[in-house]
Amino acid sequence: MIDQVLIPLLKIVIVLNATLVAVTYMVLLERKVIAWAQSRLGPMRVGPYGVLQPIADAIKLMIKEDITPVRADKWVFTAAPIISMVPALIVYAVIPFGPTVSLFGRKVSLYITDINVGLLYIVSVASVGVYGIILAGYSSNSKYPLLASLRASAQLISYEVAVTLTLVSVILMAGSLSMVEIVNAQYNQHVWFVFAQPFAFVLVLIGGLAETNRAPFDLPEAEQELTGGFHTEYSGMRFALFFLAEYANMIVVSSVVTTLFLGGWLPPFPNVGALHLLYYVPSWTWFLIKSFLFLYLFIWIRATLPRYRYDQLMRLGWKVLIPLAILNLVVTGIVKVMLM
Amino acid sequence: MTPFYLFAAIAVGASLLVIAQRNPVYSVLLLIASFGALSGLYVLLDAPFVAVIQIIVYAGAIMVLFLFVVMLLNAPHEETPYDEQVHPLMRPGPMRLGAVLALGLVVELIWALEKGAESGRFAGGAVSNVGAIGRLLFTEYAFAFEVTSILIIVAMVGAVVLARREGAR
Amino acid sequence: MLSAYIPIAMFVAVATGFAIFTIVFSNLLHPHKYNKVKLEPYECGIEPATDARDRYSIRYYLVAMLFVIFDVETVFMFPWAVIFNKLALFGLIEMMVFIFILVVGYYYAWQKGALEWV
Repeated sequence: MIDQVLIPLLKIVIVLNATLVAVTYMVLLERKVIAWAQSRLGPMRVGPYGVLQPIADAIKLMIKEDITPVRADKWVFTAAPIISMVPALIVYAVIPFGPTVSLFGRKVSLYITDINVGLLYIVSVASVGVYGIILAGYSSNSKYPLLASLRASAQLISYEVAVTLTLVSVILMAGSLSMVEIVNAQYNQHVWFVFAQPFAFVLVLIGGLAETNRAPFDLPEAEQELTGGFHTEYSGMRFALFFLAEYANMIVVSSVVTTLFLGGWLPPFPNVGALHLLYYVPSWTWFLIKSFLFLYLFIWIRATLPRYRYDQLMRLGWKVLIPLAILNLVVTGIVKVMLM
Repeated sequence: MTPFYLFAAIAVGASLLVIAQRNPVYSVLLLIASFGALSGLYVLLDAPFVAVIQIIVYAGAIMVLFLFVVMLLNAPHEETPYDEQVHPLMRPGPMRLGAVLALGLVVELIWALEKGAESGRFAGGAVSNVGAIGRLLFTEYAFAFEVTSILIIVAMVGAVVLARREGAR
Repeated sequence: MLSAYIPIAMFVAVATGFAIFTIVFSNLLHPHKYNKVKLEPYECGIEPATDARDRYSIRYYLVAMLFVIFDVETVFMFPWAVIFNKLALFGLIEMMVFIFILVVGYYYAWQKGALEWV
């Protein structure tokens, strides 16, 4: 009973809360970094250097008036943010933050569960996330959200093809779909997959930016053309849920890329004996450091690159990323057979 | 067995509501819910690979296409003025073809269930394990797998031809 | 193996519960002062003249269709990749034939301008 229900439940609550805190501070970090990039200070009023800003934001969103437009489809309008947020959160169920460790004399694994179709589970959950966006646009019954949601969903499904195709070549290296096994494979093969699959790494990273609607692919939220994007009609808590989903998805992409390409919880050079003292640092710390690097990269890219045009975006997805993904897969297969 | 009845009830209930619904967008949503419950049933049958594929292909891809089509046609209701005036039994023959097909499907299902009761048992580990599925698919059923690619290319050509623009190349 | 899926079911329940709870809870806190103009759809201050749900470009339909096709193809590749070490050269040739036929279709779509957005 304790192992089956209580411990998983405890882990779920911890992960859920950690995600919420991470998301709120991610927003602050983004505002700060972009401000610095533009020689501004960013939020400074709430707390020293604005560190309490996320709490103020959360309270504000809680007590803001929540409007359902008269022409909207009420039930779908409320369901859309929920459908958007739940997939963004439940992906964490299979992400390994660390190996199995002993804690208070009990063997505890630092992941919620390990299923043998882990990576496909992530792909499937991510593919359901599209509905939140489509339904938000449809139910608002307003022009900007509808256009934005169509754009967003077409963008998401286009890049999903490229990313999923690229993931196949990672599976080719690891020989397993379980996230824990993929990390173990990187330990056993003495190489992080970023060095074995550099092309796949770049493709997944670009695809990840597009799938989370981040700059330079943030067309669904292009303010100049579409005001607020698919959540133009949303306010208050339901808007907050969309916001939460978006940032939670960013953290998901960072975690997945860390697990697949940067050896997850493994320290750098895990097989080099001389660096064995790196194992004294708790495994999850490595995981968090690596994920943080990607989150920072996301913000950095947003502060640096201008936005794509829609036809350029689709061309990049269908005519560049997909052929490259197929090519990468073929080359990986041939090289693997030659090395056998 | 309780989770089985829970998922089964959701699947059947949602499917019934799909045809009872007037708004096509709600129908699509309920069908997605039904697929989700179905995927739960696959997990209970120890076939997680089939479960995730059910979500990726059906709930995640085909239903997006359905939703796009429903939104593309912009039909708030399924009924045309004609449907509202004329009693279902008084309509011309071709419109009742659907009922005949449905009846045929029911007969077929009953026949398949009767026949499959003894032979339709899962091959144990072959279903629960992705590797085992791959081994079967790429050795024993290799030809069927290659033929699938022909089917897919036909679908691709069909999609391109259907959606081509007037005066395009 | 089934026990590995219980935490996922629990997570779905917790996440959904959390989402619904926040909406209901904030509903108790926030003000409810509505008027006609506030509930209108947002259109930069202009009164909306027509219904927003209109017909739109067939491109979206085509993208969704191609997405379904590619998705089905990729699904076949996952079990192949998992047991690639056992299949070795035979598996490689098998998948090369499959991918070749796929690339022919892809090339056809490209030539017909199906991947062109404008």
